[in-house]
Amino acid sequence: MAFKVTVRVRYPDFLLDVDLAIAERGVTVIFGPSGSGKTSLLRTIAGLNDTAQGQITFQDQVWQSERIFLPPHRRPIGYIFQESSLFDHMNVRQNLAYGRKRTRDPMTLSEQQHIIDLLGISHLLDRHCGQLSGGERQRVAIGRALFLKPEILLMDEPMAALDFARKREILTLLEQLKADLKIPLLYVSHNIDDVTRLADHMVILAAGKVTRHGPVEQILSSHKMLNSLCDEPFSLLFGQVITPETRHHLTEVSIGDAIIRMPRQKVKKHQEIRLHIHARDVSLTLIRPTQTSVLNILDCHILSIKDPTPDGQCLIELGLHNISIQARISAYSCVQLNLAPGQRVFAQIKAVSLVQ
Amino acid sequence: MNTGFSQADLIAIWLTLRIATVTTLVLLIIGSPIALWLARTGSRWKGPVSAVVALPLVLPPTVLGFYLLIIMGPNGPVGELTRALGLGTLPFTFWGLVVASTIYSLPFVVQPIQNAIEALGPRPLEVAATLRAGPWDRFFTIILPLARPGFVTAAILGFAHTVGEFGVILMVGGNIPGVTQVISVQIYDHVEAMEYTAAHWLSGGMVVFSFIILTLVYSFNRRRKSSGGTYGV
Repeated sequence: MAFKVTVRVRYPDFLLDVDLAIAERGVTVIFGPSGSGKTSLLRTIAGLNDTAQGQITFQDQVWQSERIFLPPHRRPIGYIFQESSLFDHMNVRQNLAYGRKRTRDPMTLSEQQHIIDLLGISHLLDRHCGQLSGGERQRVAIGRALFLKPEILLMDEPMAALDFARKREILTLLEQLKADLKIPLLYVSHNIDDVTRLADHMVILAAGKVTRHGPVEQILSSHKMLNSLCDEPFSLLFGQVITPETRHHLTEVSIGDAIIRMPRQKVKKHQEIRLHIHARDVSLTLIRPTQTSVLNILDCHILSIKDPTPDGQCLIELGLHNISIQARISAYSCVQLNLAPGQRVFAQIKAVSLVQ
Repeated sequence: MNTGFSQADLIAIWLTLRIATVTTLVLLIIGSPIALWLARTGSRWKGPVSAVVALPLVLPPTVLGFYLLIIMGPNGPVGELTRALGLGTLPFTFWGLVVASTIYSLPFVVQPIQNAIEALGPRPLEVAATLRAGPWDRFFTIILPLARPGFVTAAILGFAHTVGEFGVILMVGGNIPGVTQVISVQIYDHVEAMEYTAAHWLSGGMVVFSFIILTLVYSFNRRRKSSGGTYGV
């Protein structure tokens, strides 16, 4: 395995005990509630945690073992801290240059320009860091890390300190980066939206231990898992664009054997995409509705029905060939329609959102 | 201009400034790593080391001077070392006074620097480490510029405190004109000899000098309230 992390860190109140092989490509999100040890794990990987014991090997380099402890400045990482961490005694240009000047093989001017353009920070270069907004500061911090030409990028909830609008801006940027970067990205988060939008792999951490680890399609295809990770049940579907724009300005996406239509999206043919469907946006009928404005009606069968919640809602798992979708309907409707596992139903999907 | 300073006074003033300047430089070089360690360590030795650094604040200068005299004297461990190195013994010399003054003024230099570094927190240094900066690099490019007010305060206080010392100097240096006879000792001499006018010139000069220095420190710290310390005055 090329990136192996086996570490133990003892804290007064808990033990971080992790044995992981981290994917060499794409985005791995380390997910878990606060206090689960996510940040501690990331800091240990960066070498910022000198009480950590264990073994970390990255490609052919040993970062840590019983006898070796490579200090953080010798590890080929880029690290983005939770809050903006710019040096306030330097302007933006000097901040960007700080790391680059110290690398053995500094980035060329055209490579630098490419990153500056990608991050949209060219107008900020001569500003003082105190004059920047939170989102701008975080973009500069990302740029500063990329200027190192790191072999892996570590991000510790880089959007935690940002408001909603800035968060969306940075998230969009990270999606672009992800497409642009050839290095692995390790991203700590407690927000399921970050996972659905960015993750290729995920590591679920609870009380210092890894509870699940693997490709995101595999982990999030389990609704039980999804629902345990967030309050609002939803389904995450992985599909491919068939028609970016039909005559009626719709985008058609294939999910397994089914086709989902949605208002026109900026996508390319054959692009791999992810769709997010809230369980509350799926309603059921027993006969195929013919006169309806709903775009997507899927012929499914019921896999399981969960007991109603105290507020009278039932969560129903629907099967459609090899995929499954969650629907949330009232317990009253469930009784009225006399629903039971195995039954054939038509799912009307009122809203689908594209996450990637 | 005809001042009330005699030739001997001017020699004492010049000597005092030389000792204070050299001592301040030595203090910054020795005090910075101690302050850095104290600011960042979680070691159980932090308490005892802080106490040792702060001892000169509470001990009578004569106690400090007495032990320094013994340690640096011909039979003391430091004295034997300096003699073995062919340097003779330190008491009653310029360098003996520099050593004594360094120890005496150490808390005035360590504590402002330590406070300034503690105020910075570990984050800027961690960031610099992830940006490939090694420990020395981090000290000069991050700690020094960001904690500069602390270093400036430390230098000013170390200098002023060394200029103002008396007891330790008298114990370790005696009263040799041009070698160990500093301003405070010279004032003592004037008073002993009932030369009150001469004592006034030097004493008044010290009051004005101290006032200016402290005004500088306080206004400097007010301008940069966010960092640095105002320890000890």
